[in-house]
Amino acid sequence: MIYLDHNATTPLAPEARAAMLPALDALFGNPSSVHEGGRLARNALDDARRQVAALVNVHARQVIFTSGGTEANNLALKGVAQRKGKGRILVSSIEHSAVLGPARDLAAAGFTVEEIPVNPKGRILPGAVEARLGPDVILVSVMLANNETGVLQDIAEVSRHVREAGAVMHTDAAQAAGKVALDFKATGAHLMTLSAHKLYGPKGAGALITDGAIDLVAQISGGGQEADRRCGTENLAGILGFGAAAMLAGASQPARAAHARALRDRLEESLAIRPGITIFGREAERLPNTCLFAVAGMDGETVQMGLDRQGIAVSTGSACHSKSTEPSHVLLAMGVDPLQARGAVRVSFGAGNTQADVDALLAALDGLSRSLPMGAAAW
Amino acid sequence: MVSDFRTVYMDYAATTPVDPRVVETMLAYLGPEGLFANPSSSHAQGRAAREAVETARAEIATVLNVAPETVVFTSGATEADNLAIKGAARARVKRGRHIVTEKTAHKAVLDACKALEREGFEITWLVPDRDGLISADALAGALRDDTVLVSLLHANNETGVVQDVASLVRAVREAGDALFHLDAAQSAGKLAIDLAALDVDLAAFSAHKFYGPKGAGLLYVKKGVRLEPLQHGGGHERGLRAGTLATHQIAGLGHALALAAAGREPEMARLAALRERLWQGLSAAGDVFLNGHPTLRLPNILNVSVAGVDGEALQLALRDIACSAGAACNAANREPSYVLRALGRDDALAGASLRFSLGRWSSEEDVDYVVRRFEREVARLRELAGAA
Repeated sequence: MIYLDHNATTPLAPEARAAMLPALDALFGNPSSVHEGGRLARNALDDARRQVAALVNVHARQVIFTSGGTEANNLALKGVAQRKGKGRILVSSIEHSAVLGPARDLAAAGFTVEEIPVNPKGRILPGAVEARLGPDVILVSVMLANNETGVLQDIAEVSRHVREAGAVMHTDAAQAAGKVALDFKATGAHLMTLSAHKLYGPKGAGALITDGAIDLVAQISGGGQEADRRCGTENLAGILGFGAAAMLAGASQPARAAHARALRDRLEESLAIRPGITIFGREAERLPNTCLFAVAGMDGETVQMGLDRQGIAVSTGSACHSKSTEPSHVLLAMGVDPLQARGAVRVSFGAGNTQADVDALLAALDGLSRSLPMGAAAW
Repeated sequence: MVSDFRTVYMDYAATTPVDPRVVETMLAYLGPEGLFANPSSSHAQGRAAREAVETARAEIATVLNVAPETVVFTSGATEADNLAIKGAARARVKRGRHIVTEKTAHKAVLDACKALEREGFEITWLVPDRDGLISADALAGALRDDTVLVSLLHANNETGVVQDVASLVRAVREAGDALFHLDAAQSAGKLAIDLAALDVDLAAFSAHKFYGPKGAGLLYVKKGVRLEPLQHGGGHERGLRAGTLATHQIAGLGHALALAAAGREPEMARLAALRERLWQGLSAAGDVFLNGHPTLRLPNILNVSVAGVDGEALQLALRDIACSAGAACNAANREPSYVLRALGRDDALAGASLRFSLGRWSSEEDVDYVVRRFEREVARLRELAGAA
């Protein structure tokens, strides 16, 4: 099996697994209990909080643990909006469904939600945020790196305008964390989403980083955990795994990025010399591991299934939408023709991949194109 | 006497260790060789992870006697309670804005209801009788035409008192179309729970109360019941709960519930006997009062109030025994238990209470040790109090 779908999820790092095991064994106390077993669990939780904080260079008390990136995004958007009560919310048109979902829910609840457009490279247009800001704007959410194209945004620039306008800035960094260097303060955001399973941590753990001044309405109430902003008995094993994965991600980010970039570049250089290939967002600054491309005349789902039969796991876009046959909203927002957008295939490299994986993928793609009359003509 | 000192865990109602067999199940999804893929991915690895999720769902559905598609996975019972209460209330706002719950509910229910109060809902807080029971008549009396939801505990987390759910559900059905939400976090694994027979609309469960992992739970949502989701996004869990499914957590939850159900009867008989031994031992100290109904309780929980001692001093003196002065979730604030206050205990007795909760690794030796330590410390503290 060749796994090339690391933007959907990553395998658990051995270090993260090792960190989880005590919580599945003797370290089982409820972190809210006052007895020794509870205190030991609490101490471990606090250590993990410091590790996650260190990844983005913040203080431990700025970390709110959640069940994942989706929950963190929901807490950020609804938590801010419900506190403000009314107003306008700006989100980029290429956000993950975990931002677009709560944004739509807020629109249904009476808030005005507007989308910020992107250019054909997948970047927010200069001036697009400023043009939409106003005194009634309460919240802006722009992702740091797109999960489909890997395209990075200049969050610091967006944040500067948002802060000047007096609104709250949120950035979904679930896909960026661990792949690029990340400093919360440097992004200028008030709120930032992280997800453990995108950086070799376990599924079911994530965090919302806050700058401390933001007042959020808790979405899950009862018990007072996480300073009453996210209640419920903490997923101790998940959080300990997240902590270890975050520490590892911080230490190995440059090496991981270089490794992934070499594989991605090798793939893209080979793809580029084949006819009929489009690589999306290639002109923009991107995550080092992500390549989203289309082969003229070949349907993305057909390619994905063909590769799957040969033991190569890729995706047609977001895993969360894998059941949907609609073309990617990200590519449509970039002005890509719907027919071409339907051809999109996403390859996302990870720590375990090798050059041989790239070569196997290319050989399999060549084989697929030969087996398809339409593809053969274009290839 | 020093050689006698050890630490005894009697706080299984706060949380349980994960069953080693459940850990084995979880580890299969926690390695580079395992089924780590995203269950929403359409490739072979994703489909294999999805299969593990659906196997767990079917396993759970069988234990609870419901259809698999009625099981919605959450991050725990607190989220499940919030989804049930806020989700049902917000979805039914056009029918009315009245909710009935109990003063002795778990914090997850209390705080979800209080959040709705701030949104304009009106909450009726039922007070149980001195034994901790809520009568069907009292519930019927609280129901109104605009009642959209009733949320009650199956078994109280502090006292272990078990409600007669069937009669309470009947009262709701006879009165109108309010939904019935059952918080079964504490009773699951200890009582047989047939959700179809109980005829509830919603029910919340938590894995870490029955030897499963923390951070995993579920909400049963009866067919046809509409909820406003708490978490929006990728449309997971029939649109009711977005977010990447944590395969290892869900597989652990499924296995833990199946194991708990399979071994339930002999284990609960064993714990009931241990609990009786503990009660006999503790009550021998004199002026020790049982909190909650004498018989209608979970077999593993014993909550006592001790006259003539300071609660905090007693807990400190017994720090080699991991028990609780109330719910772990309320441990941070040192106020006397609101549950015991609602049962009519005064501040002194509510404050000088201890909850012992037994479980898988509890033994007669543990019980006898706790009894010895309790006798000694209560006598010492009473002597000090008398001298003062």
